[in-house]
Amino acid sequence: MSLSAAEAAPPTRNYLNAETTLRSWLLTTDHKRIGVMYLVMILISLFVGGMFALLLRFELLTPGPTYIDAITYNRFFTLHGIIMVWFFLIPSIPSVFGNFFLPIMLGARDVAFPRLNLASVYIYVIGAAFTLGAMIHGGADTGWTFYTPYSSTTATTVTPVLLGIFILGFSTILTGINFIVTVHTMRGPGQTWMRLPLFVWAIYGTSIIQVLATPVLGLTLLLLFVEHAFNFGLFDPARGGDPLLFQHLFWFYSHPAVYIMILPGMGVISETVSCFARKNILSYKAVAYSSLGIAFVGFFTWGHHMFVSGQSNFDSGAFGVLSMFVAIFTSIKVFTWVGTMYGGAITFKTPFAYICGFLFFLVFGGMTGIAVATISLDVHWHDTYFVVAHFHFIMVGAALMAFLAGLHYWFPKMFGRSYPEGWGLVAASLIILGFNATFIPQFLLGNMGMPRRYYNYPEKFQTLHVASSAGATLLFFGFLIIFIYLVLALKYGQPAGDNPWGSRGFEWNTSSPPLPHNFEKAPVFDREPHDYTTPVLEVSHAS
Amino acid sequence: MNEFLRRVLFLPEQASSLARQVDQLHYFVIITTLVMSTAVGLTALFFFVRFRRRSATQTTRHLQPPVWVEALFIAVPLGFFLAWVYRGYHDFLLLTTPPSNSMDVYVMAKQWMWKFSYPDGPNSAGVLRVPANRPVRLLLTSRDVIHSFFVPAFRIKRDALPGRYTETWFEALEPGHYPVYCAEFCGTNHSNMLAEVVVMRPEEFDSWLVEQRRGRVAQQDGSQTPDEDLSALTNPVRQGEQLAVRYGCFKCHTVDGSPHIGPTWLDLYLRREALEGGGTVIADETYMTESMMDPLAKVVRGFNPVMPSFKGRLSGPEAAAIVEFIKSLRSEPLEQARSRRPVYEPIRR
Repeated sequence: MSLSAAEAAPPTRNYLNAETTLRSWLLTTDHKRIGVMYLVMILISLFVGGMFALLLRFELLTPGPTYIDAITYNRFFTLHGIIMVWFFLIPSIPSVFGNFFLPIMLGARDVAFPRLNLASVYIYVIGAAFTLGAMIHGGADTGWTFYTPYSSTTATTVTPVLLGIFILGFSTILTGINFIVTVHTMRGPGQTWMRLPLFVWAIYGTSIIQVLATPVLGLTLLLLFVEHAFNFGLFDPARGGDPLLFQHLFWFYSHPAVYIMILPGMGVISETVSCFARKNILSYKAVAYSSLGIAFVGFFTWGHHMFVSGQSNFDSGAFGVLSMFVAIFTSIKVFTWVGTMYGGAITFKTPFAYICGFLFFLVFGGMTGIAVATISLDVHWHDTYFVVAHFHFIMVGAALMAFLAGLHYWFPKMFGRSYPEGWGLVAASLIILGFNATFIPQFLLGNMGMPRRYYNYPEKFQTLHVASSAGATLLFFGFLIIFIYLVLALKYGQPAGDNPWGSRGFEWNTSSPPLPHNFEKAPVFDREPHDYTTPVLEVSHAS
Repeated sequence: MNEFLRRVLFLPEQASSLARQVDQLHYFVIITTLVMSTAVGLTALFFFVRFRRRSATQTTRHLQPPVWVEALFIAVPLGFFLAWVYRGYHDFLLLTTPPSNSMDVYVMAKQWMWKFSYPDGPNSAGVLRVPANRPVRLLLTSRDVIHSFFVPAFRIKRDALPGRYTETWFEALEPGHYPVYCAEFCGTNHSNMLAEVVVMRPEEFDSWLVEQRRGRVAQQDGSQTPDEDLSALTNPVRQGEQLAVRYGCFKCHTVDGSPHIGPTWLDLYLRREALEGGGTVIADETYMTESMMDPLAKVVRGFNPVMPSFKGRLSGPEAAAIVEFIKSLRSEPLEQARSRRPVYEPIRR
């Protein structure tokens, strides 16, 4: 839907073709190139993590051993979790789209610390190398949660995996610091806090969590490393430690980490809903502040992972109530997005299909999240497939939908090409369908009492497991289609034009792909970010 | 209605006194979830049709809801959530507070089995016998890593932690057999760590308990005491077994002939083993000791080189005791060793 046919030619010199040597990529401090490098790396992680998921689903086709042995199965689900959580979900939206678009949205030429930004890429690579090395040596079999004392006594190669995640944490912290400083100090003339795009608010909230929570994870994993490698008694009662201490420390990080994964996605949805409904975000302030609210309250809900662990009943009650307060911020956002469509001018494009998927998965995943925070119900569901399905609805359903919505929304801006819309819709429907087919049976399995991380299972669970595996296959083909048409679009796609969606987002005021330093002259911000009261056409020519 | 919803949601039977009450909140929460998701979806669909784009340059009005609308959209869901958590906490307290007249059973978890013992009574592996309509308090602990005692039909679950006791309770309604799962990942055989609760009629249970006690007393009257700690001081085989437990040998080696992470110890002594990288070795005292101290030197074919070294951790006499224990594991005598069995026959369906 190009608004003007004349604007179609991409700028002759942009960030992609200004320099083309390998060296110019490896030593770049350009936030856009770093974003693209992250995109490549996290897509590799998504592929590897997804392959482990498929291998697991194939093993679960039959109740007994299918084609791998128990210890291999345990290693696979551990690696699936580790790769998906730390190497895909946590860096996905902030490190790719955050890096690429946050400075442009602020009217800055780069992030505050470009060299730290480059360092974060290499730290990610080193962390990934450690984990990859551990994988080749057999891999850990503890689950991504590393519960002690199992993890401190298992004979598998836990140590390099722990070190890999420990190192990766620094990459996350550096990115977080960089974004916080950039938002505080590099906003263009006229851009007040209340004119920040909601994506920036979401990334800002996420960065706060990253900077505050990740050191706790680093510390916890280091303590576990010391216990595993040097026999220190910290968490293992046989050596005088406390196993619940580990769970408290781990979830103190890992519950906020869930919001590291989903908050940026919520930012993407705020941007795209506004663009495709061509409408200002209803209650801008409520959405902006709820991002901060999630970042803050998210730190006080970790105990809802431990209702049956033996923590005191009083703790469980308090964490249950606090969990309801963090949920309300999400529900504010959901109502706002739906409300934004009211009085809008909606057009149904591929990113909008993912928005619909996102809304469904977030509402259903979020509501089942409230259900598992309802303490008495969690007793039955805890550590069953119900919990697995719930967090996949949020982490794969919602977070991945947001990632795909962002990828399809910003692809024309990032690479200056458009992708085939028809194939985009086919893949989106396949993925949404496949996802439901994979995880709705898992909710029912959880209700039946099927515990998670089971290599073998009683026969009564088989039908639903087969259904789930079939859905996973569908999901795989959806991703394959996306991968093929996006790679082809890079070379053969039509030039996209500067603002193919007619968006009022500030990032669309640049050329597609953007110039090496983003702008010819620094932009001036004289309006709100999601303002559609004036025609878009005029704006897209203003730059 | 209850039965219909239970089936629709694939929930197991409600076999404990509290299961039905827990499920009622479950139904309410899930129905509200479905209604809300559908409502959000339909509203979006309606807006999508009603407010579809009509021209490429269409503009829209700037809308901002009044504060009271925002407050309403916060207060109503929050009210629902807090009501749920209130009711959930109420039920949770019931689920975790055993009545004072409960009967106690000790539950000991270890990789990968459940052991149940009754105060002054029998004990058993894998089968928990309880009377119907009488509250039973379970005192759980673990010998190695964290396990979790999960009975879907009773809607109860509690972690069993090493080094401390946790408790839970239930009152079964009907005689029958109910599966028990381990819900906390505990290693290679996690998914085989199953057991069952056998609920008996109260009078049947009482006579069963009396019978078991009588059998145990008869055994204690004999000259052979089954007390493990006494014999371990003088008997290297018993001492070796205890050491093998302490050092976690059974995480990888079985004593019943089934293959696992490491070779089984049953009939290992003087067995000819093919080695990884060619050649064979006879598993004599020398080889067994070498395998404890330098496990990767000669790995039996088909097994991963994952065993840690016990050099500096096992003393000479300790290693010898473990070797003696392995030597005692012959398939013939094991079958006849009555004293190694539980004091009554575990009942299998």
